[in-house]
Amino acid sequence: MSDTTSSETVTRPVSSPGPTGDPLLRVEGLVKHFPIRQGIVFKRTVGQVQAVDGVSFDLHEGETLGLVGESGSGKSTVARTLLRLHEPTAGRALFEGRNLFEMSASEMRRARRDIQIIFQDPYASLDPRMTVRDIITESWEIHRDVVPRNQRADRAKVLLERVGLNPDHINRYPHQFSGGQRQRIGVARALALEPRIIVADEPVSALDVSVQAQVINLLEEIQDDFGLSYLFIAHDLSVVRHISDRVAVMYLGRIVEIGTEDEIYEHPVHPYTQALLSATPLTDPVKARHRPDRILLEGDLPSPSHPPSGCRFRTRCFRAQAECSATDPELIDREGHGHPSACLFPEVRTAWGETSAS
Amino acid sequence: MAESTTSSDAILIDVPDPGGPLLAVENLEVEFRTDRGVVKAVNGATWSVNAHETVAILGESGSGKSVSAQAIMGIIESPPGFVTNGRVLYRGEDMLAMPRQQRRAIRGAKIAMIFQDALSSLNPVFTVGFQLSEMFKVHEGMGRSDARTRSIDLLEQVGIPSPEKRFESYPHEFSGGMRQRAMIAMSIALNPEVLIADEPSTALDVTVQAQIMELLANLQREYGMALVLITHDLGVVAEVADRVNVMYAGRIVEHGTCLEVFTRPAHPYSVGLMESIPRADMKGRRLTPIIGSPPDLANLPSGCAFHPRCRFRHSNCFDTVPPVVDVPGDGRYAACHYTDEVREAEVRV
Repeated sequence: MSDTTSSETVTRPVSSPGPTGDPLLRVEGLVKHFPIRQGIVFKRTVGQVQAVDGVSFDLHEGETLGLVGESGSGKSTVARTLLRLHEPTAGRALFEGRNLFEMSASEMRRARRDIQIIFQDPYASLDPRMTVRDIITESWEIHRDVVPRNQRADRAKVLLERVGLNPDHINRYPHQFSGGQRQRIGVARALALEPRIIVADEPVSALDVSVQAQVINLLEEIQDDFGLSYLFIAHDLSVVRHISDRVAVMYLGRIVEIGTEDEIYEHPVHPYTQALLSATPLTDPVKARHRPDRILLEGDLPSPSHPPSGCRFRTRCFRAQAECSATDPELIDREGHGHPSACLFPEVRTAWGETSAS
Repeated sequence: MAESTTSSDAILIDVPDPGGPLLAVENLEVEFRTDRGVVKAVNGATWSVNAHETVAILGESGSGKSVSAQAIMGIIESPPGFVTNGRVLYRGEDMLAMPRQQRRAIRGAKIAMIFQDALSSLNPVFTVGFQLSEMFKVHEGMGRSDARTRSIDLLEQVGIPSPEKRFESYPHEFSGGMRQRAMIAMSIALNPEVLIADEPSTALDVTVQAQIMELLANLQREYGMALVLITHDLGVVAEVADRVNVMYAGRIVEHGTCLEVFTRPAHPYSVGLMESIPRADMKGRRLTPIIGSPPDLANLPSGCAFHPRCRFRHSNCFDTVPPVVDVPGDGRYAACHYTDEVREAEVRV
C-alpha cells in the first residue's frame, strides 16, 4: 500500500522557524483516514479517504499558527482530530510532553480544559434550547473545581462582558442574537475553562465583513489578555495573514509549506502557495488591475481517496516534471529558503500582488 | 452589436436602442409580508448597467442585493413577496408594466441570471446536457441533434473537459466549479445582453473562484455582455467591476467608479467596509470594524438606516432619511447627509 509508506516518510517533527524552546503542542505525523464502507448487511471497507495524511507542526506558547487550505485539504480534520472529536489513525500530539492520542477518556477530559475549540457556524454550534448562561456554565458542571457553584452566574456575566456582550442578556437564547454575537458566545464558552490553546475552526468565515473584523479584534484582545495560543484555521488568506505569526498551507491532507507569515506571504516557494496567493482577489482596484501574471490552476482537487502518486499537487502544478510523479517530496528546506516546503523544485516567487512591487 | 453575432443566430428582438442604459432599476421597492410583520427587503434601489460594462452590487447579507435581482427576473414568490414600487427598464421599457408574453421573451433570453448555488439551481433528475439542449429546443425550436451539438459546443466554451461525455452526466457528478460552469453555459446559451451573476463564486474555493471570474470576464469580452455582479466580496468587486453600487438595508447608499469608491468612499458604510478588511500593512494592529450588526429588515431604524452603526452621525440622522446627493467624481452619488465630511475624513482605505 502506497499510503502507509507515504505517511511514514513524513512522520517526524518538522523543524520550523519561530520561537525557540519547547513547543506547547507538538503534532507529529498526524494521519486520519476515513474508511469508505459498502454493502447492505455486511459492510466492508472498500477504500480510505485520506483526509489527513502525515501532518506535523509545533505550536508555541502565545503563538498563532494559521492553517490555510481549500475545502478538502484536511484542515478542519486536523482540528477535530487534535481534540479527538475524530479518533486519529496514526501520529502523536504532545501537549506539554504528554500524548493526547494515548490518553484515556478521563485524562482527555482534563486535557480539554486546556485545549478548547471555536466552531465555524455560530448557528449550528450553540444548542438552541440552552440559555447563554447554560452554554457558558455547562463546562463548569464537568470541571467542577474551576468555579464554585455559587459564583458561576457572576463569572458567566464577567465572561459575557469580556467578549463584548451585555451581561444582562445572560438568560437569552441563541436565536435572540445576531451571527456576530453568537460567535462571541462561542468565544465566551471557549474561555470558560481558561484554556491555554484555542483551536479556531473558520471562526469568522460565516460572518459579514463588517462583523468579521469585530470578532478578529476580539480574538486578538483575548489572546493578549490570557496569553493564549491559537491554531487558527481559515480559507481566507488575508484574515490568516492578519492574525497569524506562522502559517501552514495544506493541500490534500498534507502541509505543503510552513513558515512565518512573512515567509509564506512574501517569499512563498511552493507552487500551490503561490497559486493560492495569486488567486486571492485583492481589495485594491489599482493593484488588482496591474498585478503580474496571475497563476490560474487547472482542474479540480483530486479525490482524497485516490491521491496522485508522488507529489499530490503535481496534477495541477504548473512546474510539474516527470520526477514529481515518482517522488513524494518531504517537507524540508531544500535550497536554503529559510523555511520548509514539500516541493522538489521550490522557487521563490512573490505571488501576492500587494507586495510584488517591492 | 458586432460581438453578438459570433456564434449563434439567436432571435433578435428589434427594439430600437434609445441610447440609455441597457437595464435600469428605478426606485425599486420589494417587501415580504410575513407572520412577523412586513420585511422591507428593497427600499428604493436605483441602479443601471450599460452594454459591455461590469457593474457590481456590493452588500452584506440582508442588504437586498439578491432580492432586487430576483425582482428583475420575476422569480420572487408572491405571496409573500411583492414589488410595491419602482420600474425595471430594459432598453427604456418597463418590464414590470409589460404584457406577460413580452416579459417572458426578455427574461432568460435577453437578461439571464447565474445563481450562487449551482447544485440547487440545476435539476438533479435530468442530465446537464438535457437541461442545456432543452433551452435550444424551447427558445429556438431546434431539433434534438442540433440542440445537442450546440450544447456540447457551449460546454466546451465554458471550459468543461470532454464535453461529449459530460453532456450525459447528472449535476451531482460534477464538482462545484464544474457545476458553476454548467450554470454559466446555461445562462449564456441564448446570447443574453445582460448577465446577472448573484454571488457566482462565493461557494467556491479561491483557486476555482479565480477560474470562474476569469471565465466570466472572457465571455463578457467575447460577447459584449453587460455584467451585473452581485456580491459581498470586496476583493471580487475590486478585481472586475467598472462601477460599484454599495447597498445597505435595501438602498443604494453609494455609487461610483470602482476606483473612486474604493479609494475615497463618500458613505460611512463604504468607509466601514474598506476599514474592516485586514491588509498586510495592518499587521499587528487592531482592525476598525463597523460597530453593531446589520439592521432587522422587519424593523428598520428611523431616519438613516445606518445611523445606529455610524461614526459620522449627527442628530438629524436619527429622524431624516438622507436624500441621494451628487458627490464630486465620475457620476458619483451617495445617500448621506454628510458626504463632504466623510470624504474629507481620515480613513484607512
